[in-house]
Amino acid sequence: MSAPLIPNLFDVCKVLTGAIVWVVQQIIYAVAVLIPPLRGLGDWLGSDPVITILTWLIAVTVIVVWATLVNLLTMMWVERKLYSRLQDRYGIMISIWSLPFWPFNRVRRPTHRGTGYLQNVADGVKLLQKENITPRNADAAMFHISPVLIASSTLMIFAALPWSSGFYVANLPLGILFILAAFSLAPLGILIAGWSANNKYTLVGGLRAAAMLMAYEIPMILAVIALVFFTGSLDPIEIVRQQDRVLFALGPIGIPAWYAFTPQFLGFLVFSVAMMAEMERIPFDIPEAEAELVEGWTTEYSGMRFGLVFGFKWLRMIAGAALIAILYLGGWSGPVFATLDVGGIPVPILPEEVWFLLKIYLISAVFVWISWSVPRVRIDQILNIGWKRLIPYSLLAILVAAGFRVLG
Amino acid sequence: MSVSAAEPVPRVSGRPVAGIEKEILAQLVVALGSKLKKAETVRAGLVHGFIDRKDLVAVATYLKVTLGFEHLACVTAVDWKDRFECVYHIENYYNGCMVEIHADVPYDDPRIASLVPLWNAANFHEREAWDLMGIEFDGHPDLRRILLPDDFKFHPLRKDFAQEVDRQYISRRKIRGGK
Amino acid sequence: MPGFWINMGPQHPMTHGLWNMKVQVDGETITDARPEIGYLHRGYEKIMEVREFQKNVVLTDRLCYVSSITWSHAYCLAVEKMMGIEVPVRGQWIRVVSLELQRIASHLMWLASYGPDLGFLTGLLWALRERELFLDLIQLMSGARMNQNYPRVGGVRNDLPENFAAMCQRSIEHFLLKMEEYEKVFHDSKVFHMRTEGVGLLSAADAINWGVTGPNLRACGVNVDLRRLDPYETYEEIDFEPQVWHDGGAGDSYARFVVRFNELRESCKIVLQALEKMPKAGAYRAKPPRRAEGEGYAKTEDSRGEALFYVIGDGDDRPYRVKIRSPVFSTMAATPLILRGNKLADVVAILGSVDVCVGEMDK
Repeated sequence: MSAPLIPNLFDVCKVLTGAIVWVVQQIIYAVAVLIPPLRGLGDWLGSDPVITILTWLIAVTVIVVWATLVNLLTMMWVERKLYSRLQDRYGIMISIWSLPFWPFNRVRRPTHRGTGYLQNVADGVKLLQKENITPRNADAAMFHISPVLIASSTLMIFAALPWSSGFYVANLPLGILFILAAFSLAPLGILIAGWSANNKYTLVGGLRAAAMLMAYEIPMILAVIALVFFTGSLDPIEIVRQQDRVLFALGPIGIPAWYAFTPQFLGFLVFSVAMMAEMERIPFDIPEAEAELVEGWTTEYSGMRFGLVFGFKWLRMIAGAALIAILYLGGWSGPVFATLDVGGIPVPILPEEVWFLLKIYLISAVFVWISWSVPRVRIDQILNIGWKRLIPYSLLAILVAAGFRVLG
Repeated sequence: MSVSAAEPVPRVSGRPVAGIEKEILAQLVVALGSKLKKAETVRAGLVHGFIDRKDLVAVATYLKVTLGFEHLACVTAVDWKDRFECVYHIENYYNGCMVEIHADVPYDDPRIASLVPLWNAANFHEREAWDLMGIEFDGHPDLRRILLPDDFKFHPLRKDFAQEVDRQYISRRKIRGGK
Repeated sequence: MPGFWINMGPQHPMTHGLWNMKVQVDGETITDARPEIGYLHRGYEKIMEVREFQKNVVLTDRLCYVSSITWSHAYCLAVEKMMGIEVPVRGQWIRVVSLELQRIASHLMWLASYGPDLGFLTGLLWALRERELFLDLIQLMSGARMNQNYPRVGGVRNDLPENFAAMCQRSIEHFLLKMEEYEKVFHDSKVFHMRTEGVGLLSAADAINWGVTGPNLRACGVNVDLRRLDPYETYEEIDFEPQVWHDGGAGDSYARFVVRFNELRESCKIVLQALEKMPKAGAYRAKPPRRAEGEGYAKTEDSRGEALFYVIGDGDDRPYRVKIRSPVFSTMAATPLILRGNKLADVVAILGSVDVCVGEMDK
């Protein structure tokens, strides 16, 4: 029903790469008037393999920049503002008007009363300029490698996660499996971080995280298995396409065939709860529990290492919400109300990316709301819920899905 | 976990009984006899008793077991300049009466029996008395410093430990020779 | 493997004050605990021997800085018993009002710190917002929000402002509405029950033996409230219910929470009653003698338990000996008992429900 804004990321990036390579070629040709052998370099730059590789690099950069610089900052801002308003206070307020130079240093305007979007950038800069401390008896190699492991495995998710039916880096036929596998690499990084810091607090935090995350991946995967009975494929674009039809019409509104409205509802709930645990949000944030364990497994990290580990929790939240949206809430499908004609190309007013982002942010807002309204659950109670309640429910979801499939 | 979870919760009415201090005084005088050097009721609900330090455990046992004084509120150590004195405030939840036991402890032998076997509440209070005043309690399971650092050498609350000699803040007027 | 010792503190975001709790854990279960206190010892009893009787009120305010009027009032009561002077009736009623307002503020501070202990960070901001109402009332009454230096030996420092009853009425009505919000968030929350029920059990016999007093003792089922058992000021003429946990069983964290929560409502009731019943005009302060000899003790129901002051004077204008008995000091001795057998994640939840204030513990 809806149309993507970027029909094919590769083609768009190819145009961009072509432009950049053309500019560089002109510079080299101009210099090559003096040094003739450089003409060959210019020609080589315009050849197909080079352009293809550069296009892939630029495509990956675009996705990473989109996911981290744009979405991560916005998600952090949304969460911090939302929970501050829940707590009856204003929230983060440093914005571009807080900069101390012209044209932002207005004399009569209070500096720290903006919308607060740049506060996260300010926090990142603050963390960058802090000293990176390594504890004395810590296992230095493991200690340094674990934030890299967590960050890189989180970014790997975005290699296979499509943001619309055209805005992706790679469309794997087993995309969901790849994404879930990339999700599961991070607990390894957390365990390494907890152990290598030579600190009792981080050890307890890391072991708790390992136990909890392992326990909650099983119901997650079982819920996806229940879904596969209906979809028949693990390709995210295929799954969204199957949800793009109308289930039944309720008056003038057609209820779309999202899997959350079908007998997959139980799987939807199980998956959401398991995803909340995987994202280490309150009520499941016992590994990073401030009350007992200072900062849990991230205690010994300082400076940008802490920033990486801390910030990528939100990136995992975006990835988790995206996964829920794709699997159960119709992904990027939604009505496009009108199209504009831009030089012969019909540009949709509400493209698929907008619907996808809307769903991601709504799901995240619900998660934030739940997080900041309940106390945290103790680790043995969390493991109880995971092993003794979620797994039977997810098995029940599989039975229900199989039953409906058999009955047609 | 709390050990004695099987014992029933004491049924206290929560209200004081008027005139109870005279009864308690009479019972104490009768039961303890010569152990009680002096005893009087000071006001409603308060009985003072002065005993010798070697009778402390007997008096305390009588108060707890027979008269039902279940709450040891406070253990105070006072340094009169020629002797120490231990003051015990023991309270009765059933009738709201407080008994204040005074026991003199000489300077050259600052020891007295510990009440920890009777009331565990005495544990921390006696450690504090040892820490700040230097009175040793025989029978205390773990007599070590509690408020001051473990390697502190003095007992500060004694009267021969120097009180603040000089105020830290000396006004400019005083430096110039004024008052 | 034999358990290893973990230090919770002295630098810890959630232990509410500077003290150390060493717990020995076997896996996640606590096998032993050892509190180490004294980090905030300021030598109060020694200093109070060199200040005049009235000037010590400034010091006793800062004993428990969260609940300062109750502590200074206990000291003033002890000195008055020693000197044998009587506070005028209106002064007694004003003292009752100030004590109960301070008790509400102190319990709200406890509630504000108990939420984050369990991971519920929104509770911090909500309870502090309500506490502002009462700090404003206390400021109107005494001139300062904390460490007010308000009780005097012989009465209080100044009279209540005009219209104080109307202002209290308005604030308390607003507060009681907000209490219903708190009930929804705390009492009706399943996760909260999971975290606090059955956790940190303390039987009544153990509590009395170890000297635990106040709301912690009432949570074990023992009906002892010093405002009823040994009434001071004008508490005999006020109609209120000491909150005791009647459901049987040893006192767990949930019981301690409920007792303190309900005490908030009772204190509101007491404040409104006292403002109604007090004489509309009269002296609020008696002049104490400058020098005094004798000894006196006073025990009052502080926000955390039984605060007992024992003052000895020897004819000088300063006390000869002041002994401060702090309820948290005695409760701290019982914490190994409460903690054994629970999980490591419960330590902060249990200690939060016991309501530690390090200032009064370390003197």
